[in-house]
Formats: sequence, C-alpha cells, structure tokens
Amino acid sequence: MSFINYSSREINCKIVYYGPGLCGKTTNLQYIYAKTNPEAKGKMISLETETERTLFFDFLPLSLGEIRGFKTRFHLYTVPGQVFYDASRKLILKGVDGVVFVADSQVERMDANVESLENLRDNLREQGYDLDKLPYVVQYNKRDLPTAVDADYLRQALNPTRVPDYEAVATTGIGVFDTLKAVAKQVLIELKRGR
Amino acid sequence: MNSQMVLYEEEYNLVVGICDALHRDASAKAVFLVDKNGQLLAASGETGDLDTTSLASLTAGNIAATGGLAQLLGEKEFAIQFHEGERDNVHISLVGQRVILVIIFDQRSSLGLVRLRVKKASVELAGVFETINAKAQEHGSTVFSEITDDDIDNLFGDM
Ligand SMILES: Nc1nc2c(ncn2[C@@H]2O[C@H](COP(=O)(O)OP(=O)(O)OP(=O)(O)O)[C@@H](O)[C@H]2O)c(=O)[nH]1
Ligand SMILES: [Mg+2]
Repeated sequence: MSFINYSSREINCKIVYYGPGLCGKTTNLQYIYAKTNPEAKGKMISLETETERTLFFDFLPLSLGEIRGFKTRFHLYTVPGQVFYDASRKLILKGVDGVVFVADSQVERMDANVESLENLRDNLREQGYDLDKLPYVVQYNKRDLPTAVDADYLRQALNPTRVPDYEAVATTGIGVFDTLKAVAKQVLIELKRGR
Repeated sequence: MNSQMVLYEEEYNLVVGICDALHRDASAKAVFLVDKNGQLLAASGETGDLDTTSLASLTAGNIAATGGLAQLLGEKEFAIQFHEGERDNVHISLVGQRVILVIIFDQRSSLGLVRLRVKKASVELAGVFETINAKAQEHGSTVFSEITDDDIDNLFGDM
C-alpha cells in the first residue's frame, strides 16, 4: 500500500523480494545498497540469524528522485526464505505494492523454487491480493553456477504468465538493477492508474 | 485489501499538531506516528539525530510480530508495548487499525504520564484518521494520473 504525503510531497512504495532460502534475496539488496549514492539511500537493516540467514526481514529505503515535484521513495524488503519462517513471510507481505520473485537457477533447487512460488501465491491470497494483479517480476539468479538450468526451462516452470523476467548474478550485480527498475516502474504505472 | 494512504496538507497539519501537543504534555523526547506498513507519517520533538526511517520500519515489524503472536494466543491484538532502557524508554501503542504511535521519553517524564497523555491523543488521532480514510476512498491519488511514461523513465536515468 503506497503512501502519499501531499504536505511533504513524498510518495512511498513497498517492494518485497520473495523466494526460497539462499536464492540470493539479501544479496540483491546488498548489491543495491553498495552501488547507490549515499544521498539516495538510508541505512540497510538486516534482522538475521548468527549464520546470516534472514530471520525476519532486510530493509533498504531508496530515494529515486522526483516525479512531478514528489519525492519517490521505495522501501525494499526481503522475506526469510527458509520454509519454517512462514508466519514472518506473511507479515512482511502486508501492504506490498510490488513483488520480485528471486529463483535459484540451480537444478537441485527447482523443487524449492516451485514450492516458494506457490507459497507466495497462497500468502498473498490470504491477505486479499492476487499475484496476477500486482506489479510483479521474476529474477533467475545464480546464472554463474555450473548446475544452473536453462533460462527457458525456468521460465516454463516459474513464469507461466510471462511477466518481465531477468537473468542475474546477484553477487556481481548482473541483472540486479534491471530487476529493480522493472518492478519499480510497474508500481508507478499502477499508481498512475489510481488503483 | 487496504486502500492507499493519502495525507493531505490539512489533515497532516492536524496530525502534526496532535503529536506536538503530546510531545509537550507528556514531557517526551520524541513522538512518532508510523503506519503499520512501516512508513513514517509524522514526527515531533528531538528527532534530529535519530534514523527515523529505520525506526519506522522496525516499529512496524515489531507490531506485526506481536500482532501475529496475539492471534496465536487468541487475543485480538496487544494494543500497548513498553520497553524500558537505561536512559530512554519507548511506549508503543495502536491507534485504530492502521497507525502506530511511538513515544520516546526519559526520566523527565514517567510511564503514568505518558499513558495518560497517549489516551487523550489517541482519541484525537483516531478522529483525524477517520477523515483521512474517508478522503482517500473518495479521491484516490489525482496527481499521479497525469504522470507520463517519460516521467517514470527519467526517474531511472542514472540508475
Ligand atoms: N554463485 C552465486 N552465489 C550467489 C548468488 N547470489 C547469492 N549468492 C550466494 O548465496 C548465498 C545466499 O544468499 P542470500 O542473499 O543470503 O540468500 P537469501 O535468499 O537472502 O536467503 P534467506 O535469507 O535464507 O532466505 C550467499 O552465500 C550468497 O553469496 C549468485 O548469483 N551466484
Ligand atoms: Mg536473506
């Protein structure tokens, strides 16, 4: 749920990175954080376990500049991908304006991808959202790994509705900003429609 | 699904006025109003060296987690939280269904005083937020109907 403040002329939107454990959600945010100008970003918050797995969420506030005199801010969140953190994932999805599904390209993670995507749909539906009506993009991450399966195969399995999708290597940043831009753009177009 | 939150000048000023009064009457260090999705709506008092964006996101996360816990226990919601520190204390409470009120105070005030003042301010805030919700349903967001694809593309120019 975006928030528009006419007094301070600001607009805030919430984007959530979803996907199975270890697929690279946190790495996406870390790369964005590392490559953004200091004045465009706030502090990145990571609520994580001692082994650097996301426990509750990562949070990164980004300012993109002005549109028609309004400062546009995006609040990026990641969910914890591990299956047993489902209660937390539901909480993070509240008020979401756009979703990025990060898939792990490795063949051994195919089941986890499919399961996580179903979980995303279910959790959204539980809160009255329909993934097919939300700003939504898919990222196939870890393209650099030897066991990465064909992007076409991933598309078949994980992107049946053919939303914009990107191949990525989050550790080196390939595809990271393309993904973010694509979802942010959809969110703004949705705002323009005045949902 | 919640509709979008839109704060117009008039209601924003009312909300800030209530926060200012609460800050003064409760002898608090700072007062924040945060929406349940983690966005800062208004702030009052000594906010200069605080990372208010982080504060808003963590408060909302905290309320969300506590709300989840309440549901598990068959409670509706835990409407009030209090954290006591060595120097500063934090009082967090819900106003209506969508807004969180955060008060930071030290030994210049007391939990009793904060509680008392929060009660009064909550009633006032709830009234204003009713108006805000009603307006949001009526108007939607009008400025954005005029943005063009170019406006949106330009935003990503240096990204
Ligand atoms: N080779 C390779 N490794 C990656 C890539 N993206 C992320 N990783 C690594 O994968 C591991 C997990 O990444 P995270 O970003 O923590 O994964 P996550 O999705 O946040 O995991 P959870 O928090 O448990 O849900 C880390 O060691 C990353 O360095 C990639 O594109 N290629
Ligand atoms: Mg993570």
